[in-house]
Amino acid sequence: MSRRYDSRTTIFSPDGRLYQVEYALEAISHAGTAIGILAKDGIVLAAERKVTSKLLEQDTSAEKLYILNDNMICAVAGMTADANILINYARQAAQRYLLTYNEDIPCEQLVRRLCDLKQGYTQHGGLRPFGVSFIYAGWDPQRQFQLYLSNPSGNYGGWKATSSGANHASAQSLLKQDFKEDCTLKEACGTAVKVLSKTMDSTKLSSEKIEFATVGQTEDGKIYHKLWSAEEITALLKEHDLAKDETAEDK
Amino acid sequence: MSKGLWAPRQPPSAWCWNLAWQAGHARAFRLKLQVRVASGQPELPPKQASWTELAKSINNHHPIFPHAFNATMEVLLGITGKDFTLIAASKAAMRGVTILKASDDKTRQLNKHTLMAFNGEAGDTVQFAEYIQANAQLYSMRNDTDLSPSALANFVRGELASSLRSRKPYNVNLLLGGVDPITHKPSLYWLDYLAALAPVPYAAHGYAQYYCLSILDKHHHPDITLVQGMKLLNLCTDELKRRLPIDFKGMIVKAVTKDGIVDMEIDNDKVVKCA
Repeated sequence: MSRRYDSRTTIFSPDGRLYQVEYALEAISHAGTAIGILAKDGIVLAAERKVTSKLLEQDTSAEKLYILNDNMICAVAGMTADANILINYARQAAQRYLLTYNEDIPCEQLVRRLCDLKQGYTQHGGLRPFGVSFIYAGWDPQRQFQLYLSNPSGNYGGWKATSSGANHASAQSLLKQDFKEDCTLKEACGTAVKVLSKTMDSTKLSSEKIEFATVGQTEDGKIYHKLWSAEEITALLKEHDLAKDETAEDK
Repeated sequence: MSKGLWAPRQPPSAWCWNLAWQAGHARAFRLKLQVRVASGQPELPPKQASWTELAKSINNHHPIFPHAFNATMEVLLGITGKDFTLIAASKAAMRGVTILKASDDKTRQLNKHTLMAFNGEAGDTVQFAEYIQANAQLYSMRNDTDLSPSALANFVRGELASSLRSRKPYNVNLLLGGVDPITHKPSLYWLDYLAALAPVPYAAHGYAQYYCLSILDKHHHPDITLVQGMKLLNLCTDELKRRLPIDFKGMIVKAVTKDGIVDMEIDNDKVVKCA
């Protein structure tokens, strides 16, 4: 029945909906979970990496967390192929701003640039929308640390803690429970792994299944971002007693 | 003589009858006359000519900037202090040695905390300054935030650099002063028509450089107050009145502070006798 209205992205259904956009949102809620938590001295992004097959060569580099520029990173929930296009666009936009003004682009401006592009695909005919949600973590001099979430419709918002992807509803309610105003980055990392461990299917986590990244400030005030190595993730999981018992598996 | 090179810009739209367009016409016409009187290409100097003479002959016949190597007698000064940036510009609008106007304001406000002063080719100056002003205001409107003075200076430099490599470059020299809206740090940027950009504690353009930079070298300190800054500026204007061969008709002085831009009082009627 709905066939009449969902074949083109640009046509409203009689009850005022854009089905293709809603399907894109649906596609995202099947993808691996991604969460972001804003702390007073930094931001943590964490994402679930879906391991499809044991035979698949494990990609050593991040596949859900990306660096956009010197003071901004993002987590992807949805179609990685679509995300690559948008990330390339964002990186170019950030560098163009840097070239013009010799300053890093303010976070919200970069988010808005991406969302303007995403919105275009919900209005101009014949193409499907991007099937990606992003969680952005960044810093700029005006508004310090910031966390944003954007979705395929081109909407975006600033958050203190947010999630996207599979089980994002339950992740969101867990974050609501566990989030503390003015928490430190270290505490936020703890909250992030706890929430992920509860929303993911497997009870025990390992560094192959999750990705971690932080944006923070060094003691001399410089902003850094860091994509965590497998060892660092394992150490964090051990600290919170969430690591898979490796010795048990070896037997 | 190639006609194309000196043909004035085609009018793109409604601005065709503004000052820049007319100035463009006048300049092109003047150049044609000049070249015609000189009967075609400039003559090469004799072989035994010294290097300085050779350089002079090239400079006098520079194809794009006929006056580029002549410093202007229009005065631009800038001084930074503890919590302010002072920008001063002479009030005389000049064409050659003729004064056309004695109340010219050679400054434009770009946003709440940034002011730009300019001199150079008549027409180019106002056209370019207002183009920059419009872009700064567009940015503020779109993004609900102002560009910092440093971002604006780099933007202006980029525009000048691309203009320089076009068929008809803008011949404009600028001082850009401001106070950072977040850190409240004062800053001053010196730019010339070759798109050189330098952040400086104090600056001057034109002949004023020769008379004022030594005074500023001696008396400037980064921690001076606005009152001390005005005193320093008065030292400079006194010296200019003493030395410059023309009457520059006094100065317009503006101060940028964290609260915005204010007009400053200066005694332009003070008579300074040459020693």
